[in-house]
Amino acid sequence: MTFEQLAFYFFASVAILAAAMVVTVRNPVRAALFLILTFFAVACIWMMLEAEFLAIVLILVYVGAVMVLFLFVVMMLDIDFDQLREGFAETLPIGATVAVLVLLQLVIVLTSGPFELEQVAAPVPAAADYGNTHQLGLLIYTYYVYPFELAAVMLVLAMIAAIVLTLRDRTGTRSQKPHEQTQVKRKDRVRLVKMNAEKKN
Amino acid sequence: MNHILNMQVATPEIFIFSMACLILMIDLYTHDRLPLLSYWLTQATLVAGIYLGLGGMGTEPVTTFNGMFIHDGMSVVVKLAIMLFTLIGLVYSRQYILDRGMYRGEYYVLVLIAVLGMMVMTSASHFLSLYLGLELLSLSLYTLVAINRDSDTAVEAAMKYFVLGAVASGMLLYGMSLMYGVTGSLDIKTISAAIQGMQSDDVMLMLGLIFIVVGLGFKLGVVPFHMWIPDIYQGAPTSVVLFIATAPKLAAFAMVIRLLVDGFQSIAVNWSDMLVILAVLSMALGNIVAIAQANFKRMLAYSAISHMGYFLLGIISANPNGYSASLFYMIIYAFTGLAAFGLILLMSRSGFEAENISDYRGLNREHPWYAFMIALVMFSMAGLPPTVGFYAKLSVIQALVDVNMISLAVIAVLLAVIGAFYYLRIVKTMYFDAPEAERTITTGLDARVLVSLNAVMLLAVMPWIGTIMDLCMSAIQSMG
Repeated sequence: MTFEQLAFYFFASVAILAAAMVVTVRNPVRAALFLILTFFAVACIWMMLEAEFLAIVLILVYVGAVMVLFLFVVMMLDIDFDQLREGFAETLPIGATVAVLVLLQLVIVLTSGPFELEQVAAPVPAAADYGNTHQLGLLIYTYYVYPFELAAVMLVLAMIAAIVLTLRDRTGTRSQKPHEQTQVKRKDRVRLVKMNAEKKN
Repeated sequence: MNHILNMQVATPEIFIFSMACLILMIDLYTHDRLPLLSYWLTQATLVAGIYLGLGGMGTEPVTTFNGMFIHDGMSVVVKLAIMLFTLIGLVYSRQYILDRGMYRGEYYVLVLIAVLGMMVMTSASHFLSLYLGLELLSLSLYTLVAINRDSDTAVEAAMKYFVLGAVASGMLLYGMSLMYGVTGSLDIKTISAAIQGMQSDDVMLMLGLIFIVVGLGFKLGVVPFHMWIPDIYQGAPTSVVLFIATAPKLAAFAMVIRLLVDGFQSIAVNWSDMLVILAVLSMALGNIVAIAQANFKRMLAYSAISHMGYFLLGIISANPNGYSASLFYMIIYAFTGLAAFGLILLMSRSGFEAENISDYRGLNREHPWYAFMIALVMFSMAGLPPTVGFYAKLSVIQALVDVNMISLAVIAVLLAVIGAFYYLRIVKTMYFDAPEAERTITTGLDARVLVSLNAVMLLAVMPWIGTIMDLCMSAIQSMG
């Protein structure tokens, strides 16, 4: 067994074990942390496939941003997880049957030929000066410019949707208005009152 | 590299998105002073979009954006219908939106982006652009369903729609990834060439096809993937249901054509067998369960499920005649649905939703004209001659008979007879029951005239029915 194989089996088993833990641990915070571990192991496998840019993006975006946000949500919301688990025993037989059937079908398909090792040639290692990031950049802005722009439209749409669904104009909130604060004139705030001098006793 | 970016054929899409961004900004500054400005700007955008789309009529099929965008006769006709139906739908729903405090510039921006998504789907010749167009449409629709945040039913409907829509997208994506595994390409034309010699015992190919058909089934809302439709139709604001029930159906037609016909025509035997089961189940369940509904919108939801079954009949015949019959069916159904929901919106007023069948009791005494309009729409939905609905059903069943699927055609006709019962019950409720409460119609004149025109057209368009059928036929024949 070469070192490469060893590394692959290590990362693959970590990924599978961690993924199994995500759905079995009781504590949602731990589940989220295991999900991070899964992403990390998968990123390592991508790194071995010489997709270094995608591997780093996976860690930066998913581990760095998405999962941290997810953890915040889990910690901030008071979700009663016991209540969510109610009815588990009732739906288990149906769910388990469907899951086993799907698994069986997938096994039949995956062992039917096209996925056998001899069907897929081992990738030729790229030259030392080959840059995955460079190639990706070239492709995205030329060949895939249309889907790239559409993805940008989708991000705009997601922003609009999030704002439409959450923004509420509330009256009576105490907020600072810097614009008005800087334009204040003396006469708005200070009132000079003419008073007669008082007599000394 | 210049020749690959011939963006001219995508002018309507580019224009609509630019205007959506512009309306978003303009609304921000003028919302308080000129509240209706974004409505009129949206309508102007759609009119201009239709004008730009008409310019693309009758040209040879062209692909652009490296073969990810295809412009052909089918895409032009479907896009024009999408923009036209959206435009009419917005006229019907303006008063409803204003009355319920849902009027915001973003409502129209979301509608425009949904239209953009549908147009992208219609012109997709690559799995990536197809999927991105589908998600643009779905994301806008999820938001539109939930736009009335204070209504519990609307939020629940949006949640159901979102979860099931995500499952459907997942199925579709998984099917696409399996197809990529089989053919090594995401380009629909390349895939079609690659699977040419493959047999139906190729397990991977079949599994991919099954997942894609399931994904399509979810998006079309055919049995057994229909669970979301009744809840959405009942729970969402009627103005949004009007939109969901019309234009996206045409986009769904285009998606079916792009995937099953453009991509997998050579394994048509396999997918048409799967579609037979979906179609028979949809026609049966849709027509039978609709009988038990007391809510008008929910009844129309089950009617939509059965109509999707009929629409599939044309696709099942797997030849150009059948596809053009399906396109014709979809256009007629969307047009009829437009009138049906337009009339529901007309009968609703501030603080009152005319959504129960009992709300229509004795409508004939007070508003004989609108009762007649609703009756026309119901006749067309049931497929009674001499309305256009009859010709729509006739053409898909004719397509089946042409390919000797007589037993399926007989089942379709029998189930249509069962379906006629609940449509005619509405007519009976309006004409022969005693009215309960007084009804006033508060909708503006433009919507009233347009909805009357829409319903009358279901009958009056008869002399030109051949022209529309020819249009559908030439659209299908000019596909690239």
